[in-house]
Amino acid sequence: MIDNHILAPIFVQLFTAIIQLACWRKTLTQRYLSVGGSLIGLMVAFRLFSRVYEDGILTLNAANWDAPFGIVFVADLLSVTLVLLTSIACFAVSIFSSVGLSRQRMLYGYFPIFHFLIMGLHGAFLTGDIFNLYVYFEVIIISSFVLMTLGGRKAQLEGAVKYMAMNILASMFFLTGIGILYGITGSLNMADLSLRIQEVQNKALIGITSCFFIIGFGIKSAVFPLYYWLPSSYHTPPSAVAATFGGLLTKVGIYAMLRTFSLIFIPDDFTRTLLMVIAIFTILTGAFGALIKTNIRRLFSYLIVCHIGFMVGGIAMFSKVALMGAVFYLIHDILVKTNMFLIAGLIRQLRGTMDMNKLGGLYSDYPKISLVIAIVLFSLVGIPPLSGFWPKVFLFQEAFIQHQYVYIAALIIGSFVTLYVIAKMWSEVFWKNPSASEEVENLFAPMPPYKKILMVLPIGLMALATLYIGLNAEAIVKITDIISTQLMDPSAYIDAVLGNKTD
Amino acid sequence: MKSAILQTATRYLLPILLLFSFFLLLRGHYYPGGGFVGGLVASIAFVLHSFANGTENTMKILRYKPLSLIPIGLGISAVSVTFPLLFGLPPMTGLWFEEPIPVIGMIGSALFFDLGVYLVVIGVVLTILFTIALND
Repeated sequence: MIDNHILAPIFVQLFTAIIQLACWRKTLTQRYLSVGGSLIGLMVAFRLFSRVYEDGILTLNAANWDAPFGIVFVADLLSVTLVLLTSIACFAVSIFSSVGLSRQRMLYGYFPIFHFLIMGLHGAFLTGDIFNLYVYFEVIIISSFVLMTLGGRKAQLEGAVKYMAMNILASMFFLTGIGILYGITGSLNMADLSLRIQEVQNKALIGITSCFFIIGFGIKSAVFPLYYWLPSSYHTPPSAVAATFGGLLTKVGIYAMLRTFSLIFIPDDFTRTLLMVIAIFTILTGAFGALIKTNIRRLFSYLIVCHIGFMVGGIAMFSKVALMGAVFYLIHDILVKTNMFLIAGLIRQLRGTMDMNKLGGLYSDYPKISLVIAIVLFSLVGIPPLSGFWPKVFLFQEAFIQHQYVYIAALIIGSFVTLYVIAKMWSEVFWKNPSASEEVENLFAPMPPYKKILMVLPIGLMALATLYIGLNAEAIVKITDIISTQLMDPSAYIDAVLGNKTD
Repeated sequence: MKSAILQTATRYLLPILLLFSFFLLLRGHYYPGGGFVGGLVASIAFVLHSFANGTENTMKILRYKPLSLIPIGLGISAVSVTFPLLFGLPPMTGLWFEEPIPVIGMIGSALFFDLGVYLVVIGVVLTILFTIALND
């Protein structure tokens, strides 16, 4: 069904950013605009989600050119779910950054760039054209370069160089893959590609092309052996920025993998084995990296890598149940990882450091805040009935059916290491008595009360969303069920895109 | 760099280059040209002026900071993209006036999109170059 309003989330972010650019250097106005724009974006995303949930897939032919010739935007349930989650994360991060960022960074245009970044994410989720997906990837990485270097400290620039080099490499692989794909099929529309690729005789060429996409998206989503840029760059920018990056950017890679592998390159045995090996190594390296880190944000960065492996494993098994697990984990991961980095920012505000050896005693000083944080940490570890538990059930179930015992072992090791490092972090940061010799630099206590509320509120909101996912898992399972059905059988997607001729 | 030849030449080249950039902008819908190239030519005109007369003087004839062109240009483009929504058409659909306008020709929403690009390109290029020039 054609609906001309599915781009509304993109336009809300675009206009917010433009108005903020017009208010250059008026940081207070920009803060109000940012929170207001994110709130409107959230409402629009909710509306879009409920429409797609009730009416099925909606499409839009940009500039009124029929598919497959024009650029198509498609809102199926996977896209709108991710748009909704992005909007929730955007709302939380924008509240947090309105108090958690230095004025200096705002003067150099933090807020407009942040909204351009969210616009790029929305666009990547909604587009139905593979070249347009590349364009939105570029929007995302250019904005993220600026966000990462904003402030210009030495450590930041060092992290940004690694980040930039790897991401440009990823874009080149992606673009080369698109070029070859266009050369063999003559189309860029993903639904059209899905039909045309079946008629191509040269299957080996398609296999090679899919490898380009695996490398491109693999760098983006930080899988083994291409992950090292992530832990060495995500601890450098301010926490509000790291929250957006950690929660959302790697997940775009996973989304793109889900999309291309369900529509264009239906995984054969080779691809499945390759993805499975990648997944297992990603889980293990991420887990072992997390074991030795003492800086909270470096620890979280390795946990991101570890948990990306869970989802890649789900894609590798490529069956309905496995995809349900992967998509559910994606939903859980976006909310929890964004929140983890916001928490890291809050801890820094409370104690002036993120080194676990120097931290301690937060529970006795701030018991209420600690309890909210505990909910998030428990969700991340996956203690039933919280949100991290449910997707693993599906992943285990499917792995047993497909006899992927190594993956099961990796899942168990990954989960246990997550439990161990989070328990260690909890005892070090919250329970341990702080060493008396350390000078505590508490930036939180002198803040006015409204600022304190604004700083804790987003963490509370995200924790509530996580609780909702965990305790109301049945609704989420229903949604992931529809999503994975659509992914396994893309005919509904193809019909929605190609069946709608405007006259 | 102070050179009498360059300064005299720039006095005539600036308006000619600006006119040429506008010509490129208008021609761009069907032929080579368009907002991006037009914007580059226009900003080169100002860069040439700053070579001949110094960056401060160029900023004086511009009056406003080039940075302020970016939101204006983006705004024009974004409005021309979303405008067709009011008529129940998908975004970016070309809307055209019925009658051609003398000299300029047919005017449609695509021209306003290009005009936005033109302003953004001038704004970005001049901001970057002036920042570098003033830091020396």
